[in-house]
Amino acid sequence: MIRTDKLTKRFGRVEAVREVSLDVREGDRYGLLGPNGSGKSTLVRMLLGLVYATSGSISVLGEPVPRHVGRVLPAIGALIEEPAAYPQLSGRANLRLLDAAGPHGSRRTRRRRVDEALEQVGLAGIDRRPVRAYSLGMRQRLGLAAALVRRPRLLILDEPTNGLDPRGIRDMRELLTGLNDSGVTVFLSSHLLGEVSALCTRIGVLDSGNLVLQDELAALERPTGRVLISTDDPERAVTTLDGLIERRNGPDLVVRSPDPAALNARLVTAGVPVRSLVAERRSLEEIVLDVTGAGADQFGVPVTGAVMGAAAGAASGAASAAGATDERAAS
Amino acid sequence: MIAVELFKLVRRLRTWMSIGLICALPLVVAIFIAITHLEPPPGSGSAFLSAVLNEGQLYPAAALALVLPVFLPVAVAVTAGDSVAGEASAGTLRYLLARPVGRTRLLVAKLTAVTAFTTLAVLAVTVTSYATGVLILGPSRAAAVGTAPGGISGSIAPGAGGSPTAGLQPGAAVTSLSGAPLTTLELAERVLGAMAFITVSMLGVAAIAIFLSTLTDSSLGAALGSLAVLVASEVLVTLNAASAVQPYLPTRYWLAWIDFFRQPIFWRDIQHGFEIQAVYVVVFLGAAWANFATKDITT
Repeated sequence: MIRTDKLTKRFGRVEAVREVSLDVREGDRYGLLGPNGSGKSTLVRMLLGLVYATSGSISVLGEPVPRHVGRVLPAIGALIEEPAAYPQLSGRANLRLLDAAGPHGSRRTRRRRVDEALEQVGLAGIDRRPVRAYSLGMRQRLGLAAALVRRPRLLILDEPTNGLDPRGIRDMRELLTGLNDSGVTVFLSSHLLGEVSALCTRIGVLDSGNLVLQDELAALERPTGRVLISTDDPERAVTTLDGLIERRNGPDLVVRSPDPAALNARLVTAGVPVRSLVAERRSLEEIVLDVTGAGADQFGVPVTGAVMGAAAGAASGAASAAGATDERAAS
Repeated sequence: MIAVELFKLVRRLRTWMSIGLICALPLVVAIFIAITHLEPPPGSGSAFLSAVLNEGQLYPAAALALVLPVFLPVAVAVTAGDSVAGEASAGTLRYLLARPVGRTRLLVAKLTAVTAFTTLAVLAVTVTSYATGVLILGPSRAAAVGTAPGGISGSIAPGAGGSPTAGLQPGAAVTSLSGAPLTTLELAERVLGAMAFITVSMLGVAAIAIFLSTLTDSSLGAALGSLAVLVASEVLVTLNAASAVQPYLPTRYWLAWIDFFRQPIFWRDIQHGFEIQAVYVVVFLGAAWANFATKDITT
């Protein structure tokens, strides 16, 4: 669906995107992660023909961009950073106006498509109030509705959950998953790890303009071959599992074993009271922090920055549900 | 896309506010003149204004002369300056282009909307000032008949940069600047000609403002920039030392529409006016296109 080859964009002396080779396949829910200022937006804008690449090539839906961008854009719904609308018009009027702009929105189906899109994003009940009076969340939903009006095959969404409350974020996730199930490829960029790990099947990580990682999320999050055990009788557990223990911290043990079930059976047989036993997985947060340096907006601040760090709180809920553990306990 | 731009223009409060203000100025002037019966003496003041007390039907021409130097160009510059920069700063530009709307198509639609706005403004001024002239300043008697007192204002040099006035005697019919009478039909034709000329005169400003609008994301910057060009042009037009460049200044032939009210119509400056505006439109729209078509849209 989207392929870029050594895509580079320089603004003056600043290299915003450096030799990025993106590969988004049909049916993907692709999450492009990266701290603010890592080049996500520039990359998205290049895919849409808004910003021209310095070097490298882009192909979207099989057509070269920007040369034939007019041919592919009708099949793409896009949210580009913040949503934007004409503030003096109502949400519905905005969607109709945007659909009427450009050659591809059929006038015959416009009313129906607009109503459908508004319903999809939970704005079916909007009245004739001007967009000026909308809340941030409503504007965001309207922006998403604008992306859906043309019933696109590919959604390119830059920070789609900005300004949404928790319910809005869940609605958005369900909507995107549903659309994806019906065959729409979703490409989204975000600096929120939790959002991406809850929604995406494939991720790319952008760091200071470089694509430092691109893989299936399931493959990245596969078990590490270690098991985390918590027990009331660590002494006996250590004796039972002699040689497999990697680390011990009070009642918590890190054990090397590819098969948690067998390990559990062994402990139970030996009469060790097991409180919890879980296969260690690396969280998305660890994976991302592993491959990225400091964000571009953190001058000289080492290790994890405020931007990605802030996301960690949101990520931890999803991460622990996926059976991952806290890095500090493991290492 | 043109329909979309026109819709946006019509649904915008600013459009009607500015047209209302443009129409209000001649109305205020007419009220003062009607109350005091004090016209500027012939040869001074704004063009045609010295004749309107007797010739209510001439008031559209006087009104156009009133709004031409400042009100109209300001309104056009603001509208045209906002055309691309306003959408860029509001963020709607990227959504239009991603729809997709071709960049060239967008510029053409913007120019069309600005032209429509200018036409609308000129038309509104003409219509309201005609009504004002007839109702407040009193209807002219027998527009088609009567002989004008010969050569009263015919001494005005054709194309002079000054401000010609029709110095008409009380009781005269609607009279051309050259003194010969004009029938109502002729008057209507000439008013239409003047409207067309003034509209076209504004297109040069519009093209400059649209060009600046593609350079910056600030509507205000683009509008003020184009007005600065006009002010500079006005300064140079009256400066003898700048006579070498005067024929090429955008405001040089702005007042040539007055020649429509001569009998017969004095075409030379009118033609030059059309030509120079065409050159400005082509050059600056070309520049706007060249810049916009290759520009990174980062807002």
